[in-house]
Amino acid sequence: MTDLTQFRAETRAWLEENVPRSMREPVKSDADVNWGGRNADYSNNPDQKLYMDRMAARGWTVPDWPKAYGGGGHSPEETKIIREEMARIKARNPLNSFGISMLGPALLKYGTEEQKLEHLNRIARGEIRWCQGYSEPNAGSDLAALATSAEDAGDHFIVNGQKVWTSYADKADWIFCLVRTDKTTKQGGISFVLFDMETPGVSTKPILLISGYSPFCETFFDDVKVPKANLVGELNKGWDVAKYLLGHEREMISGMGLASTGRNPLIDGAIATIGLDHDGRLADPVLRAQIALFEVRARAFGMMSERFIDELKHGRAHPAQPSMMKYYGTELNKARHELMMAAGGSDALEWESEASSGGALPRAWLRTKANSIEGGTSEVQLNIIAKRILELPS
Amino acid sequence: MPLFLNDEQTMLRDTAKDFVAEHAPAGHMRSLRDANDATGFSRDLWRQFAEMGFNGILIGEDDGGLGLGHVEAGVVLEEIGRNLSPSPFLATAIGAVEALKAGSADQRAEWFPKIVSGEAVAALAIDEGAKHRPAATAMKAERSGNGFRLTGKKSFVAHGHVADLLIVAARTAGAAGETDGITLFAVPKDAANLSATPERLTDASIAARMTFDGVEVDADAVIGEVDGGWAALSRMLNATRAGASAEMLGVGAGAMDMTVSYLKERKQFGVPIGSFQALQHRAAHLYSEMEVARAAVLKAQQLLDADDAAAEEAVHVAKAMTGLATMLAVQEGVQMHGGIGMTDEYDIGFYMKRQRVLAELFGDANFHADALARAKGY
Repeated sequence: MTDLTQFRAETRAWLEENVPRSMREPVKSDADVNWGGRNADYSNNPDQKLYMDRMAARGWTVPDWPKAYGGGGHSPEETKIIREEMARIKARNPLNSFGISMLGPALLKYGTEEQKLEHLNRIARGEIRWCQGYSEPNAGSDLAALATSAEDAGDHFIVNGQKVWTSYADKADWIFCLVRTDKTTKQGGISFVLFDMETPGVSTKPILLISGYSPFCETFFDDVKVPKANLVGELNKGWDVAKYLLGHEREMISGMGLASTGRNPLIDGAIATIGLDHDGRLADPVLRAQIALFEVRARAFGMMSERFIDELKHGRAHPAQPSMMKYYGTELNKARHELMMAAGGSDALEWESEASSGGALPRAWLRTKANSIEGGTSEVQLNIIAKRILELPS
Repeated sequence: MPLFLNDEQTMLRDTAKDFVAEHAPAGHMRSLRDANDATGFSRDLWRQFAEMGFNGILIGEDDGGLGLGHVEAGVVLEEIGRNLSPSPFLATAIGAVEALKAGSADQRAEWFPKIVSGEAVAALAIDEGAKHRPAATAMKAERSGNGFRLTGKKSFVAHGHVADLLIVAARTAGAAGETDGITLFAVPKDAANLSATPERLTDASIAARMTFDGVEVDADAVIGEVDGGWAALSRMLNATRAGASAEMLGVGAGAMDMTVSYLKERKQFGVPIGSFQALQHRAAHLYSEMEVARAAVLKAQQLLDADDAAAEEAVHVAKAMTGLATMLAVQEGVQMHGGIGMTDEYDIGFYMKRQRVLAELFGDANFHADALARAKGY
């Protein structure tokens, strides 16, 4: 106990010293989020790079990964303390990364020593930005129906096919990708491979969404050469890796249901547009009641997230529990943005104006509608909960 | 501290689970109701609780208790809830004990041993109207001789008609709606000019409407400070709200378990009805709400045990969230049981009734959502 108290004191002192002031400000737009990668441009925001490098040097972009792979080698208790102390000073996440949240855990479990050493350190330092090649035009909720093929060509595979909804494929350096290596079976014919997006034959095309943004791409593979050394796990056992990784993706998406620490944009926004009455209550009593009941669930879900992480780190979480977290967190996030739109009124409808920060509010609202579709729809999560946790019959 | 039960707490849960399921299952409640029992609970069972050590969970070891916390009390309450066991545990071992911790050494010396031994039962006389509004306390407590004279009415006092000790909130100064000017009293049951009318509630438990028609108490009946009882009352209410949340969580969990089992057994169209996706999705949604509520209850209990300043808001979250989640549990429970869920013979309806009472006790979800909003300045 004394050791942890001392660790907290040291952590607090180090963060105080090393987290740049600008990195303690709330994230206002996508430009404030650091995704790392070969093409990251820090010219407008050198503090982002400074902060990430300092944290990475200490292993604190991934505190609980082993030191050999760029992590901090910290216990669950220490990791929790680091997170709490970062939250205390409202420090931003130093590095947002599918490499950290999705690929890393899968490589730690299924990767060869060579793969871990090659990729994990570069993920931890934010040098390589990853994207995920899962969904295809005819393989959405039924992901195992995927058809992108990888043909055996001796020391490498030749990959052909198309992926869709590939997040930030146009900005990513490498892709982790599900490919079909056996057409005679469904789940049992899928393999998990890694390759560089600069390999000849890879091309991407952004998809314009209802929000006006293009965070997703179509990704095309035309005779792409992938070395066999880049196969993760066994041949035709990629579905196991994929499921394990999806658990981590759901965990990450579920985090969207959490209110950010400190200020609450829903409550602040409602007070700003609607105002308080003489008793200090939001002047629209019906909206106030809706927000208050929403906040009960949002705060309780914050506690659930803490419980889930604690159970996960101690190996006590049900393996299908990420589906519950993903379902609840994304539905909450959608509800939050509906309330933010209601609170914003006609101000929240402006699509391009300066007053609306270029329509940040309505665009974010529309973006949340994908939360309950991507990473497995809410309905797919409910199926998983029903079958694997409640053990209801097929 | 990780947000799950530690090994000792898990052992206590297993002990409480076995004990309550064996000695006070739903059938116990049903038999008291069918016999039109006038007490509302079994004094024998209360003494058995004492033998198990449960009654002294929140009482320090120096005072003869176990010196444990709200997490442990909640573990027992959840099993009481799961078995629909009629018990004065919440009012006595949680409410009165927390209130008396703010009292004098003499008060503790008088009541703690009797609570630990299962000899005494306490009741909490707080509410005065149909809705829980403790700040609106209007019962008068006027100086009289060496003590006070209490005049007014209290309602929704669980087993107030048979309690040996009443914890009473009354106003010694200020006006209804103000938190200053409230004083807590420990009133013995044989006080003159005190009358109780027992009313059977929807869930077959008994709560009293009480009339204080100039009840005289000595100055040493005051718990804590005269006019400054709000702090002790809030502390007691935080504990009983967390406790009611834990008991309600048990009610919801019991209803959910019964319902999920029924979905696996009941066949229609030649298949178990649990194979229908329409029901699977509803059950899975219910599971999610209950998991979130469970996290909120444990968080509130842990913060109470740590005497953390964030505990009060966490208790509001826990009581409101548990109210919402378990209401869904009992409603889905009856609906998914179909016609049999509407029969008195089947237990699921009792879960619905008990949930309703616990949801109302010490403030419903709306009350606590409102309190959270006030705390956040809107």
